[in-house]
Amino acid sequence: MNLLLIVLLPLLGALLPPLVKHLGRGASAWAAAGVTVAALLLALPPLGTVFDGMPMEAHWDWLPQAGFDIRLRMDGLAALFVLLILGIGVLVILYARYYLSERDPMGRFYGMLLLFMGAMLGIALSDHLLQLLVFWELTSLSSFLLISYNHDRSEARRGARMALAITGAGGLGLLAGFLLLGHIVGSYQISVILGAGDLIRAHPLYAPTLLLILLGAFTKSAQFPFHFWLPHAMAAPTPVSAYLHSATMVKAGVFLLARLFPALSGTDLWFFVVGGVGLVTLLFAAYTALFQHDLKGLLAYSTISHLGLIVLLFGIDTPLAAVAGVFHIINHAIFKASLFMAAGIIDHETGTRDMRLINGMWKYMPHTATLAMVAAAAMAGVPLLNGFLSKEMFFAETLHLNALGSASWLLPAAATLAGVFAVAYSARFIHDVFFNGDPIDLPKYPPHEPPRYMIIPVEILVGLCLLVGVFPTVTIAPLLAVAAGSVLGGPLPEYSLAIWHGFTLPVFMSLVALGGGIALYTQRQRLFDLRHRVLPMPDARALFWVAIERVMDAAHGVTIRLENGSLQRYVALLLSAAVAAIALPLLGDDAPLLGPVPLSPVDGVTLLGALVMMAAALTTVLWQRQRLAAVVSLSVVGLVVSLVFVRWSAPDLALTQLSVEVVTIVLLLLALFFLPQQGTAESLPLRRSRDLLLALGVGGGTGLITLAMLTRPYGTISNFFLENSLPGGGGANVVNVILVDFRGFDTLGEITVLAIAAIGIYALLDKLCLDMPATDQGGRPWSGEHYPVVLAHITRFLLPLALLVSVFVFLRGHNAPGGGFIAGLITAVALILQYMASGIDWTRERWRVQYHPVVAAGVLIAAATGAGSWLFGHPFLTSAFGHFHLPLVGEFELASAMLFDLGVYLTVVGVVMLILANLGKLTKRCIESAGEN
Amino acid sequence: MEAVAALVVAVLAACGTYMVLRARTFPVVLGLSLLSYAVNLFLFFTGRLVTGVPPLAGGSTPTADPLPQALVLTAIVIGFGMTAFVVILALRARGELGNDHVDGKGDKS
Repeated sequence: MNLLLIVLLPLLGALLPPLVKHLGRGASAWAAAGVTVAALLLALPPLGTVFDGMPMEAHWDWLPQAGFDIRLRMDGLAALFVLLILGIGVLVILYARYYLSERDPMGRFYGMLLLFMGAMLGIALSDHLLQLLVFWELTSLSSFLLISYNHDRSEARRGARMALAITGAGGLGLLAGFLLLGHIVGSYQISVILGAGDLIRAHPLYAPTLLLILLGAFTKSAQFPFHFWLPHAMAAPTPVSAYLHSATMVKAGVFLLARLFPALSGTDLWFFVVGGVGLVTLLFAAYTALFQHDLKGLLAYSTISHLGLIVLLFGIDTPLAAVAGVFHIINHAIFKASLFMAAGIIDHETGTRDMRLINGMWKYMPHTATLAMVAAAAMAGVPLLNGFLSKEMFFAETLHLNALGSASWLLPAAATLAGVFAVAYSARFIHDVFFNGDPIDLPKYPPHEPPRYMIIPVEILVGLCLLVGVFPTVTIAPLLAVAAGSVLGGPLPEYSLAIWHGFTLPVFMSLVALGGGIALYTQRQRLFDLRHRVLPMPDARALFWVAIERVMDAAHGVTIRLENGSLQRYVALLLSAAVAAIALPLLGDDAPLLGPVPLSPVDGVTLLGALVMMAAALTTVLWQRQRLAAVVSLSVVGLVVSLVFVRWSAPDLALTQLSVEVVTIVLLLLALFFLPQQGTAESLPLRRSRDLLLALGVGGGTGLITLAMLTRPYGTISNFFLENSLPGGGGANVVNVILVDFRGFDTLGEITVLAIAAIGIYALLDKLCLDMPATDQGGRPWSGEHYPVVLAHITRFLLPLALLVSVFVFLRGHNAPGGGFIAGLITAVALILQYMASGIDWTRERWRVQYHPVVAAGVLIAAATGAGSWLFGHPFLTSAFGHFHLPLVGEFELASAMLFDLGVYLTVVGVVMLILANLGKLTKRCIESAGEN
Repeated sequence: MEAVAALVVAVLAACGTYMVLRARTFPVVLGLSLLSYAVNLFLFFTGRLVTGVPPLAGGSTPTADPLPQALVLTAIVIGFGMTAFVVILALRARGELGNDHVDGKGDKS
């Protein structure tokens, strides 16, 4: 439980600083510090167990079927990172309290910092690959927010975007690698994977798995050639740099190497890729750091170089090198955090980070200068400081390596060269900033020491550099032992943390590095000139932005091609895709078109009906510009469709189709009043032939599929419905019983959809103003005689009759063709007829019904009927029925399904009337508000 | 008879498709109606062409398949809802944009 809390506390605590920010500047910092210290306290008991040699584990089932559990595990390596993340986190929080200015939003800063901290802790403690990946991505996202903290500055935004693009792309590679790894091992649990190293290395997918995972690790740890995002991330506020680029973000990559070391290392591929990339990064970045004029730029390239060193150590692939790698992770985190903080103090007090301007700071801030010089000396690897120890181990390891055969001298030579560069840029950091004459044109003058508390974190860290450097065996040895032990997953090799081993080759290499570095620094002006003239390096940032721009242009091009704003084109593309998706697999299939079922004979009447329908459909198309004629011929198609239903044993469908047809045509005629009655010819011949081709494709395809289906043997699940309709549903009309009983839930959904459509239409009509044409397009005025007397009177007599019919159809629906849908449509038609024949005003005076309550009542009744069965302990929509006897009427049946059907009935009536009556109101005037009926 | 039924579906689908691809709203609405007819008929035909035996339970003879019919029945009603929505959308578009082009482009005149 503790483990989960350690991760959750900062993640949830991220809400706290923004919440308390109005309590004053300090409140957010105190909240963040409180959360971090609490997490640190929580971490103490598990840390104790880990130091006793027992890893702590915790897991919760989440989706065990899919292998997704929440798994946390704290072993030595995780413990080391938890300590670094939380310990340096506290110091950074304290430091940032004084670094941030009055104008900076504190709550946001600390909230994001805690979010990032939680994500890092999640990486360190995860014992599940995919869970680790989630936290990995979370660090990318939250570091994006932190880097772009000063989001009014474009360089901050660009730096953040670059960091996100690079680490995000690496994260995708990592995901693929993790999936492969999980596939190879059959488990995503890291502790299981660590034990399956032999299986993984022997697997044919080992190479892609390793390369993809390394892609993730190298992008995160800014290894060559993905290093260039890190210097641009320096646009972040310095506390963020101190945190992200010393102990956390960039260490996530090397953490991953260390974590998966037992599983993935031990092959030539690992040696050459990891070692090679590490070596190139180490040299290249150390060399580049020398030429930086920006204080933080120098530290950034130095960070890249040290990360390269750590990666190289893991690449060397011996137990002792891995120990050295872990050791250097610790040392680098400590001295680099303090250096960033010192750089931030100088920036804070002078207003610039340009080393060509900042000189002679020793005079102005001797305290800070002392601390920074000690830390820089640790970075250079000066004896009696922590950096020296791990660097000695590194030098010793390069000497023991024989893998390169006769070229084995190359590695120690390269290591020494990198040491020379490191000493040179450290010397520059010390000499150029604190001595070297007087400051030039500082934005803030004179600089002075920072606030007392701002420097405390630096003092602590520098103190640690010294302590570890002088007394390694009593300070760092236990932590190093547990951490290295869990990296190796086996016994630790023999190693000594003594400061002095006698006059050995590594000591000699260190001396060469120190002497060479200082010599190089004194000759720096020549080096600058040389680089300027001879070795112009390609600017990775420019290449990156060019690449990004290319991708954006390409994406934009594709979008413009596919999505040009023309709905016509979208429909065409959609239909083409549908035709292709269905036709292509069928074309490859060599099954015959016609199945074994023989065709039934054609009878004349049916053939005539089919011909009429096809002719009507074609005339609808041909007459599309004479829109009234098109509507009339469309109605012919609809009527014949209802005859088709009659012809093939579907009386319910025929009734429904017939009444829907009436309603639809009335609707279309009403709409036509407001739309041009004549269409315009505007399609180009080319488009018309394209559409024709597409239409033939769709039509032909559907026809062939229909034919193929109709001639194939038939199987159905309907026997269940036919057998159970009477005993189970109490009705003989199986279609109706299916609707209101077997599949009642579907019907409830459908009437809800209808109701939603009606509400949508109601909203669309709200405040709609349309031109009321006084004449048709031919210029003939509309008839002044609105309401024909004969029609008006006949419909008034018809109304009660029609309503009676609808009641009849409703009541018989359960046992004979009919039911709520049909009865509702008939009622609606009867009512519409009144509106049409006598006018809206006349009808509204006599029929004061608002239709939206009717819709609501319908849906509610249906839903309540369904819910009613809960009262009797049955599932939703269980129907009950019984037979009753009334004098005069005789025996009749009542079913709860009938109540449900009543809901359907009311919904249908309400929906149809809501649509048509509201549309009809448009003819009276421009609707001010549809709300007044 | 099966061939006639298939031909009917094919013609309705082709006409509907062609109309749906037009540039003005009203033909598109008509096209949608034609397409709904085609789809409803296709669904209905999956129960095969059975004459004279409506799906009423209780008789001894086998009847038409009630399941496609139930599906089509609701499809018809929903189809009306859809048509109505599109029509009103077309009206609203004309009210807001002043023309009846599906892309809201102004008349060329």
